[in-house]
Amino acid sequence: MTVSQTRVIQRKITNLVFVGFCFAVTAIALTALALILYSLVSQGLGGLNLDIFTKDTPAAGSPGGLLNAIIGSILMSGLGMVIAVTIGILAGTWLAEYAGMSRYGVVIRFLNDVLLSAPSILVGLFVYEILVHPFKSFSGIAGAVALALLAAPVITRTTEDVLKLQPIALRESGFALGTPVWTVIRTILWRGSTSGLLTGALLAFARISGETAPLLFTALNNQFRSFDMTSPMASLPAVIYQDALTPYPDLNKLAWAGALLIAASVLMITIIARILSTEQKRS
Amino acid sequence: MSTTDVSSSGSADVARRTSPRGKTFDPIFEGLCFAAATALLATLGGVLISLFIGGWPALKTFGFGFLTGVTWDPVKDVYGAAGPIVGTLITAAVALLISLPIAGGVAFFLVELCPQSLRRTIGTAVELLAGIPSIVYGMWGLFVFAPFFARTVEAPLITSAAPGSFAEKLFSGIPNGSGILVASIILAIMILPFMAATLRELLMTVPPQVRESAYGLGATTGEVVMKVTLPYVSRGAVGAVMLGLGRALGETMAVTFIIGNSHDFPHGLFDAGSTIASTIANEFNEASGLQASALIALGLVLFLITFIVLTLARLMLRQPARA
Repeated sequence: MTVSQTRVIQRKITNLVFVGFCFAVTAIALTALALILYSLVSQGLGGLNLDIFTKDTPAAGSPGGLLNAIIGSILMSGLGMVIAVTIGILAGTWLAEYAGMSRYGVVIRFLNDVLLSAPSILVGLFVYEILVHPFKSFSGIAGAVALALLAAPVITRTTEDVLKLQPIALRESGFALGTPVWTVIRTILWRGSTSGLLTGALLAFARISGETAPLLFTALNNQFRSFDMTSPMASLPAVIYQDALTPYPDLNKLAWAGALLIAASVLMITIIARILSTEQKRS
Repeated sequence: MSTTDVSSSGSADVARRTSPRGKTFDPIFEGLCFAAATALLATLGGVLISLFIGGWPALKTFGFGFLTGVTWDPVKDVYGAAGPIVGTLITAAVALLISLPIAGGVAFFLVELCPQSLRRTIGTAVELLAGIPSIVYGMWGLFVFAPFFARTVEAPLITSAAPGSFAEKLFSGIPNGSGILVASIILAIMILPFMAATLRELLMTVPPQVRESAYGLGATTGEVVMKVTLPYVSRGAVGAVMLGLGRALGETMAVTFIIGNSHDFPHGLFDAGSTIASTIANEFNEASGLQASALIALGLVLFLITFIVLTLARLMLRQPARA
């Protein structure tokens, strides 16, 4: 056998090993992820019943549901999203329309990217220091602010990206009509990128709806149903965390049901966001 | 509106037209946008400052010993953070070590090997999984994976390790399924979809001509990936890996469930340990005085570590691989 022939065989074997490795790890990864989804669904479905949506969190041994946690989660994520959308869209607009390549713009763009993946527990600590410690009380508002600070960078980022996709000619034609800058931004740019902005907001919502760490020392938790945002408030992730770590099987079951609820809603929101963004690309 | 219309009206009317009423709001609107952008900057600055102020009493009391001390004792009010800090670094590093080759393999598979019909489905599935909340991974780790791992891996390894050997040291610990290694594995599974999705996106930015000319020269799939497309996006790939590392470093819930939460300096892979984030999550609500301050100082350490990692990651991702 000549040298070149051995070399060819060597390369083929190396390639075979490489391809085999890729196939194998993909199979392993997909299996692991499928196993997680399987236990989530099989364990969660068992605990899922009407009580979940109609009763409050129980003490161990008594029947109950997750109603107070669901209400808390919706209220806090709702208020958090209102704050985050306001800040995020305005900040994203500033980055896209006003900042240009100014040094301050570059710095903010960069730090926003860092904030985007900063550990959420540190945001929780920060909100504890500014909103819980001074007022001497855990509160739903503090939880909402913590969630808002996690969602705002996501919205800022997508807003900037989406606005930059709009052609310059659109802006110029608006200005040529003598339209004020802010009217051009509102009625032409924002309106033209509605679905993109919505996608960003949905992705941010998906991100914060599963967040646990920052809520632990801002909203704390609450055994009872409460609509009062100035007092401690239950949330799905916090209840899951608390119930999963107890030795009681019925509470563990409730935790699984809650985890299934969160995972399902996060997946649904993400899928809606993806459908919106592909529609936008097509048009 | 036509030009004749303008010329026929008076000059006051022209002035009103060229300066519409809404114009006065322009500076206000720009100011609002600017304020919102500054609020983001203020958040990051605020996190740093509040952590520093809150952690100052502990830092002042223990000085440099805060970073090197191995005793974390709330009863005696002595706090040394070496255990959690090392725990954070070890779990993140081991998670990356496990996750990186798998994430790379999945990305290569999706870009080069996967049949066209499955490509979209698997790609979407991987991206969707990247969004599943970490508490779900934590619960799965606690209830499903840890007991399984303790039974099938930990116990046999511990009993089979020869006394006095390096293996015995490495595998020391209690086979109860919670500890450093299990936490690392769960972390690895958690950052896997994220890294795979990012790597895949990067690899898809390689121009088709580059890949095709490599294939045209007779390169095998492995050679195309390792010698052409991967080097083409190497900077971005490093950035993506560091983003994954950043996630692993700051991850709280998935780890808190399964690491065992012991503040002792970890000695073996099966030992219970703690990370910075899990320590804060566990103790902060019951802490007061010096302990609270020590926990906030721990947060400051985590902030600095992740800030450095994330900054490097963003710098790598920002600059294109080819100028």
